[in-house]
Amino acid sequence: MTIKNGIRGFGLVSAAILAFAATPGLAGDLTIVGWGGATQDGQREAYFKPFAAKEGIKVLEDSWDGGYGVLQSKVNAGNPNWDVVQVESEELVLGCADGIYEKLDWAQIGPKEDFLEESVSDCGIGTLTSGTGLAYDSEKLPDGPKSWVDFWDLKKYPGKRALRKGPKYTLEFALMGDGVPADKVYEVLATPEGVDRAFKKLEELGPNLIWWEAGAQPIQYLASGEVAMSAAYNGRVSNVNAKEGKKFVFVWPGNVVATDSWVILKGSANKEAAQKAIAFMSQPENQAKMPKYVAYGITNKKAAAEVPPELEKNLPTNVDNLKGALPLGVDFWIDNNESLTQRFNAWLATR
Amino acid sequence: MMARLWNRRTRAFLLVMPMALFIAVFFVWPLVIMVKQSVSDTAVLQILPRTADEVAGWDRASPPSEAMQAALIADLRAATDEKAVGDMVRRLNSAQSGFRTLMSKTISAVAKPETGPLLAPVDKRWMQPPYWIAIADALEPRTDRYLLAAVDLERDATGDITQMPEGSSANRLIFGRTFWIAGLVTLFCVLIGYPYALLIAASTGTTRAILLAAVLLPLWTSLLVRTAAWFILLQEQGLINGFLLSTGVIASPLALIFNRTGVVIAMTHVLLPLMVLPIYSVLVTIPTNLMPAATSLGAHPLRAFVHVMLPLSLRGVVSGMLLVFMTAVGYYITPALVGGAGDQMISAIIAFYSTQTANWSMASALGMVLLAITLVLYVVYAQLSGRNSIGGRM
Repeated sequence: MTIKNGIRGFGLVSAAILAFAATPGLAGDLTIVGWGGATQDGQREAYFKPFAAKEGIKVLEDSWDGGYGVLQSKVNAGNPNWDVVQVESEELVLGCADGIYEKLDWAQIGPKEDFLEESVSDCGIGTLTSGTGLAYDSEKLPDGPKSWVDFWDLKKYPGKRALRKGPKYTLEFALMGDGVPADKVYEVLATPEGVDRAFKKLEELGPNLIWWEAGAQPIQYLASGEVAMSAAYNGRVSNVNAKEGKKFVFVWPGNVVATDSWVILKGSANKEAAQKAIAFMSQPENQAKMPKYVAYGITNKKAAAEVPPELEKNLPTNVDNLKGALPLGVDFWIDNNESLTQRFNAWLATR
Repeated sequence: MMARLWNRRTRAFLLVMPMALFIAVFFVWPLVIMVKQSVSDTAVLQILPRTADEVAGWDRASPPSEAMQAALIADLRAATDEKAVGDMVRRLNSAQSGFRTLMSKTISAVAKPETGPLLAPVDKRWMQPPYWIAIADALEPRTDRYLLAAVDLERDATGDITQMPEGSSANRLIFGRTFWIAGLVTLFCVLIGYPYALLIAASTGTTRAILLAAVLLPLWTSLLVRTAAWFILLQEQGLINGFLLSTGVIASPLALIFNRTGVVIAMTHVLLPLMVLPIYSVLVTIPTNLMPAATSLGAHPLRAFVHVMLPLSLRGVVSGMLLVFMTAVGYYITPALVGGAGDQMISAIIAFYSTQTANWSMASALGMVLLAITLVLYVVYAQLSGRNSIGGRM
């Protein structure tokens, strides 16, 4: 091949690459993005596969770990390669205000009254309710902690503790550990003194405090005995008990309850299929299948009624479990996440 | 003749084109955008032009005037681009926490015609000067606030540069730590990598193949897998502690993970191939008869090494150190997984601002500072190690 032909060849190849890059995401294959783990395994069985079979379309999956910047840059770049995404409550509120989600067509989904109040919004529909709370291994601690106050009791319960690396949840737990009742937590946290108080409380645990970032980590720490107790997601705790025969306990009083929602990213090439998928995943008969796979609450009230009692008692939405629970302060965190994370990082760095 | 020369030049130019284009698109352009992001501050001005005019005459202490409030309402009513409004709110909330809920409340209120001209009925926070100061401070299209914040500085009410209040930001500390960890890792990589490269270069046949494979195989393995493997080895009930405990070398488990030790061990292992390979590639070009020649002239093997082998192989060491250090500076996954709270490096902070809060300006400013420090270090390093060793004759 002569140089000239080589150059021509290169030109063709680059033209092909440019053309490929400029092609919008192929319409037809719907991409649904969850948070991985047992939850997404359950969603695959309860939602994705039956939906793909019913509609005769291909459902692609991806998973992520949250982060509003990720969604924003996908939408701003145009042609997002994700269609339906499971987002946390703050991401739902922020994105809805910024217009990075498509507005939902509720007529396709069903009457709003069928759903828990906090799961209804213009841009998204709640799909699961999770609890983040105190967990421990009852085989290692037979007379385990009952509250966040016990979490700070190093005399009665020696050993390390683990919390989620970041201010969200951590500051709430610290205040409850300092004796603030659940319903007063955000009131106290809204004042500078309250924030100081929470950081001071964290300081108390000194070197006995370690941090986790992914939801699987606290379960590993508890299983390996690395920590005596940890903050953890209730679904992960139920899951390890069911699948690995562990005797982990999730302490319901003082757990922070939050709702995740499905949204459609603005500019999705599969908007209609996405809308249909969300409607499908919100139907009572489909939602009712989820608690079998993972112990998170479901948002369709009709579905909740169909869940067998032995599964229902492990859900964060169970009436008894809700006693003493703290609903996540979404407004508080959309206002304060950045400044408190900055302070949290500074605090961590100087410890 | 001229035509042929021209042709040749065109060809040469066309051959370099892909590379030049690649660098322009994937390096220069993002860099320009990053610089621009870190000093640009137009998000608020773009949405609130009328308010900007009114705020200009305000004394920053008294309650907002009626004209200011009316101007804000008019601006918000005129704004149509949701994303631009979102950028404005993000910018304001970043300076004054609470703006997010205040703005969403206000935006839905001004959508109703009966709202105005005063804002107190919408939310009494509008009567507090701090919220208006945040707006007033966000109206210059160019700003140094992000670059200052990247090194824990800010401007006070009079416009002088001062330290941020203690405990509110620790970027300088984290920058220092980043370079310190990168330096330590580079040092350990040299100490382990150099003898190992000598060993490979001195061996032949199958032995050399096996020794090389031991370097290359980890290089082809995913970074995440290697880091996870270290997690299993180093943890309190892990293999290393288990072995040491069972042999009675130690009485209680060593703290090898979630601290600096773990980060340095794991990063040294992960980056070691980047040190071994350049050194090895230089060592194999050194004629094998030089060391025996030096010895035959009466030099002690150590002296022969210091005066013959080391200077000749220095080029490899210098580029290996550069490769390891530069890669280590940007490390993110390994410190996050095997490090403790006190081992976060600056990339983790940059990732927080970009992927979590979408504060691209702050992320860019931190990136700029990192780039600037790294460039300065590179220049110093290039001077110290002699230009030839880095870029020159090969």
